[in-house]
Amino acid sequence: MYRAKPYNARPYPYPAGLMTDTAISIQNVDKRYASTHALNNVSFDIQRGEYFGLLGPNGAGKSTLISIIAGLTHATSGSVAVLGHDVRADFRAARRALGVVPQELVYDPFFPVREMLRIQAGYFGCGREVWPWVDELLERLDLTDKATQSMRALSGGMKRRVLIAQALVHKPDVVILDEPTAGVDVELRRTLWQFTRELNDDGHTIVLTTHYLEEAEELCDRIAILNHGSLDVLEDKRALLDRHPYRFLSLQLSGNGGALPAEIEALVEDRHEDTLELKLEQGKHFIADVLEGIRDAGYRIQDVKTREPHLEDIFMELTSDAHHNAVSGASA
Amino acid sequence: MNWRGTFTLFVKEVRRFYSVILQTVGAPVVTALLYMVVFGQVLQGQEIQGVPSSAFLVPGLMMMSIIQNSFANTSSSITQSKVMGNLVFLLMTPLSAFEIYLAYIAASLLRATLVAIVLYSVTAFFVDVPIVNPLLVLVMLLLSGGTLAVLGMIAGIVASKFDHLAAFQNFFIMPLSFLSGVFYSIHSLPEFWQQASHFNPVFYMIDGFRQGFFGVGDTNPTVSVVVAALVFGAVSTICITMLSRGYKIRG
Repeated sequence: MYRAKPYNARPYPYPAGLMTDTAISIQNVDKRYASTHALNNVSFDIQRGEYFGLLGPNGAGKSTLISIIAGLTHATSGSVAVLGHDVRADFRAARRALGVVPQELVYDPFFPVREMLRIQAGYFGCGREVWPWVDELLERLDLTDKATQSMRALSGGMKRRVLIAQALVHKPDVVILDEPTAGVDVELRRTLWQFTRELNDDGHTIVLTTHYLEEAEELCDRIAILNHGSLDVLEDKRALLDRHPYRFLSLQLSGNGGALPAEIEALVEDRHEDTLELKLEQGKHFIADVLEGIRDAGYRIQDVKTREPHLEDIFMELTSDAHHNAVSGASA
Repeated sequence: MNWRGTFTLFVKEVRRFYSVILQTVGAPVVTALLYMVVFGQVLQGQEIQGVPSSAFLVPGLMMMSIIQNSFANTSSSITQSKVMGNLVFLLMTPLSAFEIYLAYIAASLLRATLVAIVLYSVTAFFVDVPIVNPLLVLVMLLLSGGTLAVLGMIAGIVASKFDHLAAFQNFFIMPLSFLSGVFYSIHSLPEFWQQASHFNPVFYMIDGFRQGFFGVGDTNPTVSVVVAALVFGAVSTICITMLSRGYKIRG
């Protein structure tokens, strides 16, 4: 039977010093390649039991950081520990605690799915005793009827599921999923979300990198944003959303009005056909003033909608080059 | 020591070559037999070191097959995993550099031994090849096959495409094995090439191996064992160091 470890109800039966509440500790990690500085002095901790989102634009250093945690790449300087085990000095314990779903759909064409999973478990020192767990994984990921097929014969979505099973064969405490839903259809994406939530409920720490911000918004407790190899943001998701006190006002207009007043024009984020989207800062821009200004310009307001900012809006704002330059300029 | 993990990798590597056994064991045996037929005809009636030429050829061809197959097994497996990208599944496991080394070398040696045994058994129908010193045969097989398996691993780690492997095999392994006395005694060579052969480790591998069968050879078998063991130790040290530093495989 698969062990369940509810995070909040977890007692502390371990001697002090042997157990840690930190799932992954990243300390001053720097990674330089010949021509690029992939990670620039990155430090943060991921707590046990968290559902953690690691975001950032392409080339921000997310995959490099994951490779360093998994031991696939060595950091130029700094240190990383998984459940307190240094990924270099104590690599066996660190790797036993960790399961990584790689971003690329890589596989060994020589073996059918179930065989491959058993072999992967074997590398971790697990024998026949985990075979029922392997079958359970196949079942939960809807792969049972593909168990005897070669990976070569599977669709992209099916391959993705096998990679997830492969990362879990040794029952790791910490699971990293590197863009697991890239190129996956909506239904499978929902299934994977559900599956990772269940893992998290079982007590696994989940680290997710994704390009779909709605995914991070829906799933993650805490979010880190990497940009140009540096940690830009590390915050509770709710706080991150609340920290940006603005909302969007969407107006449908009719009538042949003239130019909008400059102070309203400055708030326009998007404009298509007869619809205007404006970004209003709370306590500074008031809806009543905006509506009045637009009416005075000769338009009739047909419809009004407001929405709170999504993670996507915040992400765009935080990772824009203008913002980045401002931040690095301020810290220089 | 993660014995179960090491054994799993060993079994996986064995199953990899076993699943294409016609290509990995059958083909090398046929190639060696063709050499035997052709050279056996050419050298018919001659004796080398007091041994009929057809019998003399057998251990040489066996050793050549051992060399080529142990090299091919590790090098192609690692290069393929690198090209396919599935090497990450191995690199993320709690297997140490030495454990990975051990599993790959053992699987490679098993393939080389199979080829050698099949080859010996088939040629037994045509020629009588005695085994004077089975221990020497076994030691030379393990040291020589082991050395080439390690070289194959190193080549697999360094190569970034199959073309590099082919170059290593054709410009390095093949010339060294052909020019080391597979088909002849180095005493039949001009003085210069006799001396040059003593700098070729493969010469000791073949000569030591052959002495296990016939009890005669070009050099002292103890020297052959020592040279083969030293070379094996040296390449193993290089290979394990590369693996533990992650040279070319852990960016």
